[in-house]
Amino acid sequence: MALQSLDIVRRSATTTPSPSVRRMPEVAKLIDVSTCIGCKACQAACMEWNDVRDDVGTTGGVYDNPPDLTAASWTVMRFSERRGGGGLEWLIRKDGCMHCQEPGCLKACPAPGAIVQYANGIVDFHEENCIGCGYCITGCPFDIPRLSEKDGKVYKCTLCSDRVAVGLEPACIKACPTGALQFGTKEQMREYAAERISDLKARGFAKAGLYDPAGVGGTHVMYVLHYADQPGLYNGLAADPRIDPMVSLWKGVTKPIALAAMGAGILGCVLHYVTKGPNDVPDEAGREEGRK
Amino acid sequence: MASLAPTYGRGAMTNHWVDIRNADLVLIMGGNAAEAHPCGFKWVIEAKKHNRAKLIVVDPRFTRSASVADYYAPLRVGTDIAFLGGVINHLLTQDRIHHEYVKAYTDFTFLVDEGFSFENGLFSGYNAETHTYDRSSWHYQLGADGYVKNDPTLRHPRCVYQLLKKHYSRYTPEMVEKVCGTPKEQFIKVAEMIASTAVPDRTMTVLYALGWTQHSLGSQIIRTAAMIQLLLGNIGMAGGGMNALRGHSNIQGLTDLGLLSDLLPGYLTLPGEKETDYGAYIKKRAPRPLRPNQLSYWQNYEKFHVSLMKAWFGDAAAKTNNWCFDWLPKMDKPHDVLQVFEDMHQGRINGYLCQGFNALAAFPNKAKLGTALARLKFLVVMDPLATETSEFWRNFGPYNDVDPAKIRTTVFNLPCGCFAEEDGSLVNSGRWVQWHWKGAEPPGEAKVSTDIMAHIFVRLRELYRAEGGAFPEPILNLSWPYRIPVAPSSEELAREYSGKALVDLSDPKDKTRIIRKAGEQLDGFAQLRDDGTTSCGCWLYCGSWTQAGNMMARRDNSDPFGNGQTLGWAWAWPANRRIQYNRASCDPAGNPWNAKRRQIWWNGSAWGGSDVPDFKPDSDPAEGMGPFIMNPEGVARFFAVDKMADGPFPEHYEPLESPIGVNPFNTNPLAVSNPAARVFKGDRDAFGRAAEFPYAATTYRLTEHFHFWTKHCRINAVLQPEQFVEIDAVLAAEKNIRNGDRVTVRSKRGEIKAVAVVTERLTPLTVNGRKLHQVGIPLHWGFKGAARPGYLTNTLTPFVGDANTQTPEFKSFLVNIEKA
Repeated sequence: MALQSLDIVRRSATTTPSPSVRRMPEVAKLIDVSTCIGCKACQAACMEWNDVRDDVGTTGGVYDNPPDLTAASWTVMRFSERRGGGGLEWLIRKDGCMHCQEPGCLKACPAPGAIVQYANGIVDFHEENCIGCGYCITGCPFDIPRLSEKDGKVYKCTLCSDRVAVGLEPACIKACPTGALQFGTKEQMREYAAERISDLKARGFAKAGLYDPAGVGGTHVMYVLHYADQPGLYNGLAADPRIDPMVSLWKGVTKPIALAAMGAGILGCVLHYVTKGPNDVPDEAGREEGRK
Repeated sequence: MASLAPTYGRGAMTNHWVDIRNADLVLIMGGNAAEAHPCGFKWVIEAKKHNRAKLIVVDPRFTRSASVADYYAPLRVGTDIAFLGGVINHLLTQDRIHHEYVKAYTDFTFLVDEGFSFENGLFSGYNAETHTYDRSSWHYQLGADGYVKNDPTLRHPRCVYQLLKKHYSRYTPEMVEKVCGTPKEQFIKVAEMIASTAVPDRTMTVLYALGWTQHSLGSQIIRTAAMIQLLLGNIGMAGGGMNALRGHSNIQGLTDLGLLSDLLPGYLTLPGEKETDYGAYIKKRAPRPLRPNQLSYWQNYEKFHVSLMKAWFGDAAAKTNNWCFDWLPKMDKPHDVLQVFEDMHQGRINGYLCQGFNALAAFPNKAKLGTALARLKFLVVMDPLATETSEFWRNFGPYNDVDPAKIRTTVFNLPCGCFAEEDGSLVNSGRWVQWHWKGAEPPGEAKVSTDIMAHIFVRLRELYRAEGGAFPEPILNLSWPYRIPVAPSSEELAREYSGKALVDLSDPKDKTRIIRKAGEQLDGFAQLRDDGTTSCGCWLYCGSWTQAGNMMARRDNSDPFGNGQTLGWAWAWPANRRIQYNRASCDPAGNPWNAKRRQIWWNGSAWGGSDVPDFKPDSDPAEGMGPFIMNPEGVARFFAVDKMADGPFPEHYEPLESPIGVNPFNTNPLAVSNPAARVFKGDRDAFGRAAEFPYAATTYRLTEHFHFWTKHCRINAVLQPEQFVEIDAVLAAEKNIRNGDRVTVRSKRGEIKAVAVVTERLTPLTVNGRKLHQVGIPLHWGFKGAARPGYLTNTLTPFVGDANTQTPEFKSFLVNIEKA
């Protein structure tokens, strides 16, 4: 999904420096959970825009359909019922890629250029480079990417990088009937969120706030939550998401160490050869001649 | 519709979608706007975001609308009149009403005939044999001058105010709790929030839909809410109104064009079989004003009727033959869909053209419908989809267990295009007639519906011409002026509905001035004549296509007053008036009740402002003309005189299948359920009793689907793939049903199997001293389509309808449930 209207600032498993001549504002999608009615227009629009069709599943006793993200459902609504102080609450959250500023998937990915991050903050998969190892799923603090059984590649929400590249809003934002989904620069989204939060506080939600987790450097998909102090209420939204330290380790310090170890190993071999010489195996004929 | 007309004069959403954002309080009851109208619902969200509006939801279930509401209260299915009557009692006893408004703009002060009474559940004039009322005592007292008598002091015991107060004094908060199961404190909290809009600078909008109409007393439920809005002075106001959210993109158009069996286009009415005299027919429908200086706009009925007959019969309609009056069918009784299927079931119907609806799926008691269809000689289905109705004869295992060998009906499938495959208009809930343009060709052999009907008509006419037949005159003389007779264009039809001058029309005040030349499109229904000089297919749509062009195609969304009145976007009936009864937004002197939300006002010589006045534009406030110009009294009615089949005041009755078996409001065995409901013989035996079917059930829709269409679409099927029913956790535990288990739901008429969704959004209610469980049954599945096959939900529902509209009681009946 490469469109060079957007500059790439990071590529997986690549150290080549990125272009930086053009200035690009960071974008963000804001999901205002308090005005979301769970209608799934976003799910429908996502399938239509991206020409993917998920399978017709079954109902397991909840309104979540499909029950989880898949390689063909890049966003799903998650419903949870809860008895709060003021009575019953039906909390509905749109789940999907959070487009982290410090993306765990990109860090974990061993395939060069399979995962990129654009200057505007969107984290995108370039499936033509994907080797299907699934490391990105382990690396994601939100458990988002899904491997396709059909082609062995991973898929997730692209924040409609193709639409955004030509100045359009993502398909889900366009389809959302109540305006629960908003799109703009991250700054604009923070301002909009502030208005919504003050409205929620006036209606008695004292802990209303913005979900923009610092543990991943902030995200380009943010939530306005009634209970920003308890993200777990929203069907297990991570309270303090961070990239797994194993990923940081494996892709971080172990790389130079491994490189150094390999370099040292090769150097050791060369030195040994130079000092000790080749390994001489005695000739059968020579030994017999020696005995004559 | 049938309730707003007797109350206000017209039956339709009084305000419109965008106006909802002007509300201070939004009440969603008898409907689930977020679920069923997600796009329109954005205006509720806008009201919350920009107007600090509060949203209240009262519903048997905690719905998607409730999930974003500020307050939710539960109530038992079918008991909305008890709840709303309780609100009326609260408003009257706490004196939280808009006094000046009700005195000036309603029949509060009018005196009612001494013969009218209400006793132990029955109004005066009941005939227990025929289950009908003789309504002759249900009217106002008339003075010698022919005008209604009134008492401005409101002290006369026969004035409507006193009778209203007395009637609803029985609807105490305790009774609400007993009948509805709504805890008293919750009811009072809702009543108080509603009462806060009785002041002139706060308005409430009421959003309702099929949760109110689909009951045996649906029109009375709506009337009760309509009365509340009058008490609060919220009719005619921005952000106010009684807003019927229609369930189908063009259902408003269907009723506007008179497709109900008792109507003609524009809500004109068919003559009854005893109405053999044209003059009497007109006189009955063109009432003179019943108060001084009132407009009583239906006085102009003959102009609309004659113009319609000229549109239908052209030159054949003349004064000498009473404009072809003898060619109109005369109604012996209502021929609504329930009656038609009853007749079909009795073998009295040979053939049926089923166009654009899926009768087997959409009507109650599937078993009865299937038997009825099998008794037809032929069935013609015109639909874009292969519907259950078109394959009613095929065996689909448990989902449609029939033996095709025993069914002799010949079924013709005529595939037709859908709305996006033709130019045309749709009328939304807000009465906006919006034109759209064709997006694609109909696939394969499918033809546009009008082409199919035109082909049928042209061939039928030929057969009548060649072979004669019974009563051929109306068919042979039907005006059919279309350029291509078998393909009338939408434009030609739209122009015909809007109407044209047949001769040069001169200004009545100055005969030398020609306002419209012969053949020109008219500007509005004020130009219609009763002398055969104008032609108009639907007087309400007059002005939708003028000499300036297609007004419905306009797309200017300028909002110059910042109140959501976008008069340049499309065209609304009547006459592009966006908020009906907008004269009532001002006090009797002509000044807006709320200066901050001005709509129209009197400027000294004319009415005007941000809307087209729904009023005589030059009528000085001193004349005292009332805002409800369609009513001969000029005011809105609390007392519906003889306009409702089941009583001038709404009264609580139990659904025909009642979970408690008694009506706590009376001790009369004739008045447990609606005494005037029409029940066919045989259907009464098919009603279940609480002993066998203890749970109250309701059917409803989900956002992910539209009726029985979208199960044919892959994406919708992915979003909600499989049939389920919703039950509360207590009932689930009693029956050992876990979330996700398969269950069987049975009624007296049949059974379905589905997945159980065990949810907190339903809770057991305490009704009449006992615990009652409710079962929720979404209806979108069937045996055709891309979704998982399911049972038609209407296998379960009862074959009885509202006493006025015959809308079936889909929303309150009895079931039992077991683990499958």
